Amino acid sequence: MHPAPSVIAFTTFSGLGFGLLFWLGLGLPAPTGLVALGFYVIAYLGAVGGLLASTFHLGRPERAARALTQWRTSWLSREGIAAIVTLLLGGVLALGAIFGSYLTPLGWLVSLGCLATVGTTAMIYTQLRTVPRWRHWTTPALFFTLSLGGGALLANQGVAALVLLALGAVVQIIAWVTGDTRFDRSGTTTGSATGLGDLSEVRAFLPPHSGPNYLLREFVYVVGRKHALTLRVIGMVLAFGVPLPILAIGLTHLTAGVAVLSHVLGVLCLRWLFFAQAEHVVGLYYGKR
Amino acid sequence: MTQLPPPSDVKLGLVIDLDTCVGCHACVVACKGWNTENYGAPLSDSDPYGADPSGTFLNRVHSYEVQPATGAAQQVHFPKSCLHCEDAPCVTVCPTGASYKRAEDGIVLVNEDACIGCSLCAWACPYGARELDAAAGVMKKCTLCVDRIYNENLPQVDRVPACVRTCPSGARHFGDLGDPESAVSQLVAERGGFDLMPEQGTKPVNKYLPPRPRDADEIDILAPLLAPVATDGKGLVAWIDRALSALPGGAR
Repeated sequence: MHPAPSVIAFTTFSGLGFGLLFWLGLGLPAPTGLVALGFYVIAYLGAVGGLLASTFHLGRPERAARALTQWRTSWLSREGIAAIVTLLLGGVLALGAIFGSYLTPLGWLVSLGCLATVGTTAMIYTQLRTVPRWRHWTTPALFFTLSLGGGALLANQGVAALVLLALGAVVQIIAWVTGDTRFDRSGTTTGSATGLGDLSEVRAFLPPHSGPNYLLREFVYVVGRKHALTLRVIGMVLAFGVPLPILAIGLTHLTAGVAVLSHVLGVLCLRWLFFAQAEHVVGLYYGKR
Repeated sequence: MTQLPPPSDVKLGLVIDLDTCVGCHACVVACKGWNTENYGAPLSDSDPYGADPSGTFLNRVHSYEVQPATGAAQQVHFPKSCLHCEDAPCVTVCPTGASYKRAEDGIVLVNEDACIGCSLCAWACPYGARELDAAAGVMKKCTLCVDRIYNENLPQVDRVPACVRTCPSGARHFGDLGDPESAVSQLVAERGGFDLMPEQGTKPVNKYLPPRPRDADEIDILAPLLAPVATDGKGLVAWIDRALSALPGGAR
């Protein structure tokens, strides 16, 4: 799949933003006044900035509001609704906190909304039978651990961040180990794609067009895959390897900054791999993956 | 509304004969022509006469080399467009309701005025049947020429999809696959028509007919008749035949 920068930025930053908002909703921490303003500004920059970035990949962004109508069947629609409702409720929570009072039941509702938003985002990818690598419990597990773990890091919740990021590293490894062979195990082959595979070996002989097209640009992304292993190591070290020892020792302002910066860069790298290494079955028609 | 309607009795679709398709791409051109001049946003091209041409098409023809366990390989031309699936995953993922399946005849369409161009329907389609138009920013797909098949301004013979109307080898058939008595359903039953990627659970309406095996032991049923038949010549011709055969190196 084409790793569109707007979608990578959206899933990374909105994940962190909603992760932070989740902890603020639980009252961990429960700041007031200017400190609260600072925390909520960071959470909203991530969450709203990510949502805005996601509209950049739309063909007709001016109609984006229509995407809120089909919540009965569409995970994308559900995500939009969950995000907007959570951000509106979170706004009331933020105003309360800035002016001195933490509203407990509302906070829990906001935290629930954050979980719903991250979960629906993950399901957009998990639901796709056409991308076998994504259709697995590790996809939502990874989105949850990275979002809540990164959020805990931003919220200065050392123990929670330590546990969640360690869990995230394990889930990421499981996702890679199982995901690397899931396409081959999915049963979809050039033979089943063409229906000619029962008795014969099928090989793509002539493509239908001499140049690239939308399908090849969007779904058959091979650039940079040769660096996948190196990038996996870099992503793991930055997202988990650097923050985990810092968290184990204990956060100070300086080390927390290093841990956050490293984690964000690492998640961006892991998210790039999430798209770049995902193979869509349509590539089989072109003899590519 | 992106909820799928209950399965319709009428299931309009195509039957594509991989045995007779010659890979001429006439269906591709006819499709591009009709669907650029009629329903919806035109199918745009970028840099069409330059070094890096690219464009939107609703129908494309692949060619595959099929190698059986024994015998010679065979080339199969393979036209591919929307299969108008009964369980169309492209419809249910749509966040705006632009993507829909018609309750009356099962045709899957895009309401281009409501499409935000998010591409998720194309992600959900295993067949690569949907392409985002780079100029219009909306999703394009085969309409089964919905503006031809019911068009009373066209002569009856033209009320079929443009690809079917133009196919010079009769490899494309249009009809109601929901009716077991229809010509297309009978053709599918007779020839062993199959679904593409049945494991994806999409239940395609369009069917494909398999290529017949080629290169059997006997190359041509007329071949035995071409062997020399005059083995019982008489008179002067027979004497010349025998004399020439008796010479060193003579044919027997």
